[in-house]
Amino acid sequence: MSENTILVVLDTAEEALRSPVLEALTIARSLGEPVGLTLRCPSETALDQLAEHGVNRVVLADLGDAPAAVSAVAAQAVAAAVALVSPTAVLLTSSFANKEIAAHAAWLTGAGLVIDAASIETRDGRIVGAKRVFAGTWDTECAVTADVAVLTVRANAVTAEPAALRADPQVQKLAVSARVPAGLELVDRVVHEASADASGAQRPALAEAAIVVAGGRGTAGDFAPVEDLADALGAAIGTTRDAVDEGWMAHDAQIGQTGVTIAPRVYIGAGISGAPHHHGGMQASGTIIAVNVDAEAPLFEIADFGVVGDLHDVLPAAAAAIREHRAARDEP
Amino acid sequence: MRILVCVKHVPDLQSNRGFTPERRVRRTAEDGTMNEVDENAVEAALQLVAGAGAPGGAHQVIALTLGPDEAADALRRALQMGADRAVHLLDDAFAGSDYFGTAAALAAGVRHVAAQGEVDLVLTGMAALDGLGSVVPALLSAELDWPQLTVAAHLELADGHLVARRELDGVTETLRAPLPVVVGVTDLINTPRFPKFKDIMAARSKEIETLTAADLGLDPASVGASGARTRVLRAEPRPPRPEPELVTDDDGSGGRALADYLIRHDLI
Ligand SMILES: Cc1cc2nc3c(=O)[nH]c(=O)nc-3n(C[C@H](O)[C@H](O)[C@H](O)COP(=O)(O)OP(=O)(O)OC[C@H]3O[C@@H](n4cnc5c(N)ncnc54)[C@H](O)[C@@H]3O)c2cc1C
Ligand SMILES: Nc1ncnc2c1ncn2[C@@H]1O[C@H](COP(=O)(O)O)[C@@H](O)[C@H]1O
Repeated sequence: MSENTILVVLDTAEEALRSPVLEALTIARSLGEPVGLTLRCPSETALDQLAEHGVNRVVLADLGDAPAAVSAVAAQAVAAAVALVSPTAVLLTSSFANKEIAAHAAWLTGAGLVIDAASIETRDGRIVGAKRVFAGTWDTECAVTADVAVLTVRANAVTAEPAALRADPQVQKLAVSARVPAGLELVDRVVHEASADASGAQRPALAEAAIVVAGGRGTAGDFAPVEDLADALGAAIGTTRDAVDEGWMAHDAQIGQTGVTIAPRVYIGAGISGAPHHHGGMQASGTIIAVNVDAEAPLFEIADFGVVGDLHDVLPAAAAAIREHRAARDEP
Repeated sequence: MRILVCVKHVPDLQSNRGFTPERRVRRTAEDGTMNEVDENAVEAALQLVAGAGAPGGAHQVIALTLGPDEAADALRRALQMGADRAVHLLDDAFAGSDYFGTAAALAAGVRHVAAQGEVDLVLTGMAALDGLGSVVPALLSAELDWPQLTVAAHLELADGHLVARRELDGVTETLRAPLPVVVGVTDLINTPRFPKFKDIMAARSKEIETLTAADLGLDPASVGASGARTRVLRAEPRPPRPEPELVTDDDGSGGRALADYLIRHDLI
């Protein structure tokens, strides 16, 4: 029996694979034989992770001088890899850049496209992606009727698990002569420094963090209490559009319909009213906690737990209690 | 300068959104609005055209939508904001279009308008707030074979080139492309104008052109449900959430209560 091949785009293989990619590999293994695709030479660390996650075959696409940061260009590498390995499905993590790459790749290959799938299965020989829509109020399932399915997978949908058997990844080079959109120029590209916590350790990335502490207009621009609690929990920091508008935070920290969609295990929103635009981007979170001075704030309506109180008091006290608990637990 | 703006009619975020028994997004006239980020796209178009010279004549903003009868509301809104005219792709054959059918039809609409005079730019929102796909702008760029500047938070036109800045996935990028180009904007790019009474009156005499798949030279089998590469199998409302557990921090114990909740539920 020939097994389905599932192509997984390995976002940061030149350094190390991040958890959303490992989650995608875990899903890929449940569907068939995972094959990795990277646009940059994989590091030893990444190869070791691939071995652990059961990937025997890795395609290294070489785009030559074409800029891989342009989604229409990266998509041509995906299309070339599809032609090479004939997968039933292509999985990408759900970043903005990847959604665009997925769109172009599906357009080039005639594939069907599902964005932000939370789970994927094969049913009656077809790939079916499930997702929660309309701010988490409806569950939907979507079958791909084309021969190939391209799906972006939302982070934290599954727990990344190593494969039962360690693999021995072989890297195969694939030269891709990509066409660059006429006249398009990348004038500059600045990678934001990962935000560091009080001890200098790197905070997890918002899109993939297991715990997120978000602060809104109620912080009045002072994010110290938010950072304090985030650091105590090892959490990422997020925010609302109003805080971005005020210039308190960068746009990529914005959670919501016109920001990042997140689904962490725990979401804590402080000084956030819970506008539909915001909760459309976080309502798939496992546990939702709200802190707000106003007991009528709509975020309480979708919360599992809430504290009616001032975030400037509540968050530092919560951070202190968590540190205390950790210290007591870690004591011999 | 002629700009086409793609505007989508979506269920209002505040309304009770859902699906029909045919598993299509329920769209009713009362609960529908122009997709909010598309207002930013219309505003950006109006500003670019105003910068290029007096509106009307050679300088035009044309609103474009694909959708059922009610979608004309989104066009009317664009006309009230100041768009010069509007094009409605309306045909039962379009019903059930997936991303690709949508993009193919919109691109055909662009070509139709371009046949009457050059189109310099297609503007879209960054995402339709019903499906949150964020893929139609990229697909339009593929269909038209024009470069794309998407998720743009800042735009500038100089020497026939558009320069866009975007901040996403931990990266700030500046991209530059010659016209014609497809541009997708975020809601942070501008503040959409609010039509005044006289704008609303003026919009009444503006033309909405309706086009079918045949008018666009599209094979009806290639669009709509029959051309779709995905099919919704199931759409079910989720049960309401249970009442939250609430504590009031009137004695300074709220923070500890929060920590206790996390500890009790084994969340840390
Ligand atoms: C097209 C469009 C797209 C949008 N997209 C997004 C999006 O993606 N994401 C997003 O977040 N928003 C988005 N918005 C904005 C959204 O509608 C809301 O305006 C925004 O989410 C509100 O932010 P906020 O909760 O920080 O502020 P507010 O609504 O002002 O709420 C502040 C809250 O803080 C509480 N508070 C005040 N002081 C304290 C204190 N000391 N301690 C505790 N609580 C306190 C108040 O009671 C209040 O509930 C969008 C809007 C539009 C029009
Ligand atoms: N049916 C439609 N009619 C007009 N514009 C659309 C339609 N669907 C999508 N768009 C445009 O494409 C953008 C992104 O949509 P999406 O990729 O569906 O999230 C929207 O903000 C609109 O500008």
